[in-house]
Amino acid sequence: MTDFLLELRSEEIPARMQAGARAELEKLFRAQMAAAGIDVGNLTIWSTPRRLALIAKGLPQATAAVSEEIKGPRSSAPPQALEGFLRKTGLTQDQLEDRDGVYFAVIDKPGRATAEVLAEAIPAIVRGFAWPKSMRWGKESASSESLRWVRPLSGIVAIFGDELVPCEIGGIASGFVTRGHRFHCPGEITIGSAADYAEKLRACHVIVDHEERQAIVRDGAAKAAADAGLSLVEDEGLVIENAGLTEWPVPLLGRFDEAFLEVPPEVIQLTARVNQKYFVVNGTDGKLANGFVCTANIDAKDGGAEIVAGNRKVLAARLSDARFFWEQDQKKTLEQHAEKLANITFHEKLGTVADKVERVAKLARWLVEEGIIMPSSVPAQAGTQSGDGPTADGRSGPPPSRGNMDVSREELADQAELAARLAKADLVTEMVGEFPELQGLMGGYYARAEGLPDAVADAIRDHYKPVGQGDDVPTAPVTVAVALADKLDTIMAFFGIEEVPTGSRDPFALRRAALGIIRIIQSNAIRLSLSAVTYNGMIVPIFQSFAVPEAIDREHVKRVLAPAKKFLSDESAASQSVLEDKFLVEAEQSAARYAVAQASIIKLLDFFADRLKVQQREAGVRHDLIDAVFALGGEDDLVRLLARVKALQAFMATEDGANLLAGYKRAANILKQAEKDVVPAQAGTAGGTAPTITAPAFAGATDVDKALLAALDAAEPAASAAVADERFTDAMAALASLRAPIDAFFDGVMVNDPDEAVRAYRLGLLSRFTGAVHGVADFSKIEG
Amino acid sequence: MTKSFVTVTRGVIWSVRRWQRALTLRARCAKGGGDCCTCERCGLVADTAEKKPLSFQDMILTLHDYWSARGCAILQPYDMRVGAGTFHPATTLRSLGPEPWNVAYVQPSRRPTDGRYGENPNRLQHYYQYQVILKPSPADLQEQYLGSLAAIGIDPLLHDIRFVEDDWESPTLGAWGLGWEVWCDGMEVTQFTYFQQMGGFDCKPVAGELTYGLERLAMYIQNVDNVYDLRFSDPVGDVPGLSYGDVFLENERQFSKWNFEVADTDTLFAGFKAAEDECKRAIAANVPLAAYDQAIEASHLFNLLQARGVISVQERANYMARVRDLAKGSCKAWIDSQSERWTEKYPGWVL
Repeated sequence: MTDFLLELRSEEIPARMQAGARAELEKLFRAQMAAAGIDVGNLTIWSTPRRLALIAKGLPQATAAVSEEIKGPRSSAPPQALEGFLRKTGLTQDQLEDRDGVYFAVIDKPGRATAEVLAEAIPAIVRGFAWPKSMRWGKESASSESLRWVRPLSGIVAIFGDELVPCEIGGIASGFVTRGHRFHCPGEITIGSAADYAEKLRACHVIVDHEERQAIVRDGAAKAAADAGLSLVEDEGLVIENAGLTEWPVPLLGRFDEAFLEVPPEVIQLTARVNQKYFVVNGTDGKLANGFVCTANIDAKDGGAEIVAGNRKVLAARLSDARFFWEQDQKKTLEQHAEKLANITFHEKLGTVADKVERVAKLARWLVEEGIIMPSSVPAQAGTQSGDGPTADGRSGPPPSRGNMDVSREELADQAELAARLAKADLVTEMVGEFPELQGLMGGYYARAEGLPDAVADAIRDHYKPVGQGDDVPTAPVTVAVALADKLDTIMAFFGIEEVPTGSRDPFALRRAALGIIRIIQSNAIRLSLSAVTYNGMIVPIFQSFAVPEAIDREHVKRVLAPAKKFLSDESAASQSVLEDKFLVEAEQSAARYAVAQASIIKLLDFFADRLKVQQREAGVRHDLIDAVFALGGEDDLVRLLARVKALQAFMATEDGANLLAGYKRAANILKQAEKDVVPAQAGTAGGTAPTITAPAFAGATDVDKALLAALDAAEPAASAAVADERFTDAMAALASLRAPIDAFFDGVMVNDPDEAVRAYRLGLLSRFTGAVHGVADFSKIEG
Repeated sequence: MTKSFVTVTRGVIWSVRRWQRALTLRARCAKGGGDCCTCERCGLVADTAEKKPLSFQDMILTLHDYWSARGCAILQPYDMRVGAGTFHPATTLRSLGPEPWNVAYVQPSRRPTDGRYGENPNRLQHYYQYQVILKPSPADLQEQYLGSLAAIGIDPLLHDIRFVEDDWESPTLGAWGLGWEVWCDGMEVTQFTYFQQMGGFDCKPVAGELTYGLERLAMYIQNVDNVYDLRFSDPVGDVPGLSYGDVFLENERQFSKWNFEVADTDTLFAGFKAAEDECKRAIAANVPLAAYDQAIEASHLFNLLQARGVISVQERANYMARVRDLAKGSCKAWIDSQSERWTEKYPGWVL
């Protein structure tokens, strides 16, 4: 058993690519060894900016000899079959064995020296290496076929045991020689074997183990801060990046002019992090202090004083720029900044950002005016935890006991509209131009600085939330209104122009927007009909621009216009007949647009259903149960829907639920069969309407028949009343009451009675049973 | 003029020689095998201690000597207004084709939108780049470059020199390359690029390009915070030295004003159109060098129009595409005019 060392030395590998490169090296090495039949245990893979290293311990000296047997054609087969087999195996006919009239090829592969395998594997690995970006270099690059690597490859160390593995790639021959630290020890060093590799490099100021360097950066930065009475703001991304930029990391603390602290801390942190890769530090008060930690790549002769001084100067220049932007931006109000949004295209088919802002502002106001978002803090999520639906008073009018009422609906609507109008203004500020990551945040700062109410400033700051999975979900009413309106508008706008996510393509991040909407609705228990919103957002604008659905006559126009009327201005409503005329004239052209909008709305609702399923799957909710509720149609209130799904899931976990499902499936099968048979007239369909079986219609009805009928008479109204009141647990209980009678029914009677009248009656009963179940959920969608 | 030039140059050669000695020492240290070198011994010992930092012009002369000693022809700036040293035809056109090409030059560069009326200590609408092109890129390009930093007085064991990923792309030249920005104590002092494509054509072989920001480097070496405080030249006898401000402050004031406020936009638009037309005519007439001049002209006029704020966001992309077409067309015409000679001289070479 022998150890193998491979080092691929190059010019500086970008820090962000090093982790991927280690994984790629491991993958390719394992593939090469597997192909040669060599077992590889644990691998050690290291990276520095200038090298990728691999150590494989305990490789065999040679691969085992393998004998492979391949079955060929029958000896009586036509000669073409034999020829093909010989071609495939590379043998001649006399090398084949004839066993009972069938040819067999036996191919002996002798064992190979591992060193030889490695010598072939290394060039294959280097040539097959996938870098995010690669390049050509040097004299060889005169040809297009020259070697590609992330940066010029400058040396290869390949040692098996203590023997060189000779190979050559692109003019670079393997050897024992590598180089130490670029400045501390730039000469050649000779490596003896895998065993002395890391220590020889360490003696030459190279710590080859990236995890060790990460630990030095992490701990060293924390210590540098602590020594000065400060605490490091931890940033693992920076730890990894700095470890990827250094072979001999030395964290150093520097200070900057305290006066810069007037700039928002996020700006300082971002400037330091993104532009300079510095950590920032907090003072004892937990607030950002005027310090930074940079990571040098040398043990400087003067202990790093010059390095710190230089870095301080660079940071000061950066912070001066940031302060300049901060001051410059505040010379205008957000409202003035927002004027420039008219010059920025949002999407070529969707107009400017100013157009979007206008739509969002209207929608945010509408959400408040419709009572969808109320002037209170987060409502308690009544009942949802216990698996029941929210109480009915959650839907109509402000509830009496909910939150503070010190802001009226009208004030809230004004604030929501104002915040929405200003929310995108920071996009044209200098600061956000420099640091796009600060969008929203800067707007919030600027809004506060110009004296806007906190609720408005907070809404501007937080309206992009929630961005990622772990991100906070807004709860303040103004913020919720803007956040929801912004995301709804984005989705409606892109669905309206048929820019719909497909597969992995989602260039406008609509999935994220939908998930954000779902989370805001859930966290705040917002009762929102998506159809109403989309109607308002996608259909009404068509009316408003005098376009109309497939309007054929004035009556139709009136009918279509009726629900839209409340969205029209008084003026246009007053001159409705004029409008109608215009609609008629323009009906032809607009029919297509209307059709698109309608189709888009359906797609959009499906899209939400899908996002909800994905999200709920992670929360442990069964997707088939979501389907079972969605399949009923007409459900576009996510809060109600989830309450129903949760009640259903709880019910399905009970014995009653499981048995009821079994009974349902049996009933549905019988009905389906009956439908195929001769008596379609009386047969209900699974999911269809039940024929009206309300009384024992014939003398032969058994007690079992009667009991089921009675149970249905009781359960149906109870279930539908419970559903209407959103008492979903009660609805499930009503269904549970059907379990015993349906079980008894199947046990006690035969549905397909020879007497046609009896059969029809019982089919009708079953149909009514499935219908009753459907009032709560489409059980045909439930698995199991 | 020539005389004094030579005198200064000689002084610089001396310091370069000292550096070369130091470099030789460094290279000899590594025996490998057995005991590794101890780093203190083999590390480069600073030769710059207690020396007065180079003036702006001495820094340039030092770089000239350094690269001249490595086989570079020292060219002069191109006599047109350009945005960067890369626009010099000695880089753009000569990075194409199989012929070796090793040159260094200073290029005054104009970026009208960066003007600050002489009021910003770091930003200028006119500044200098030091440009080195080595084709094919030598295997020790990084070492050669680091040697040049040492030559102008940057001790790599006192200052933190780093190669930080920064891939270069010039949409207006249809060019890209991979490389780094070189940091000295956190400050970007050089753009280091291996050209992969120019004018939309593969560089075969690849050229290495070094672009030093001279003002930044000088501010670093001289330890000044304001560019106008740089020592441009040193006093000699009773002849006083000049500061960067003495030479350029008034230029910055006047040109910032002209770029932002005065330049006649109708003339600029007309000039752009004229340059565009002339470039196409020159391409048709098979004089690609002349065509390329017009591409440069159009590019600069576009920059001026930007500074005047008369090009909208939507139009911007369109103008850039037009400049790119001119640059690419010139590169193509250059290749067409040379490829017969290239293939004759370098059998097997293909575009």
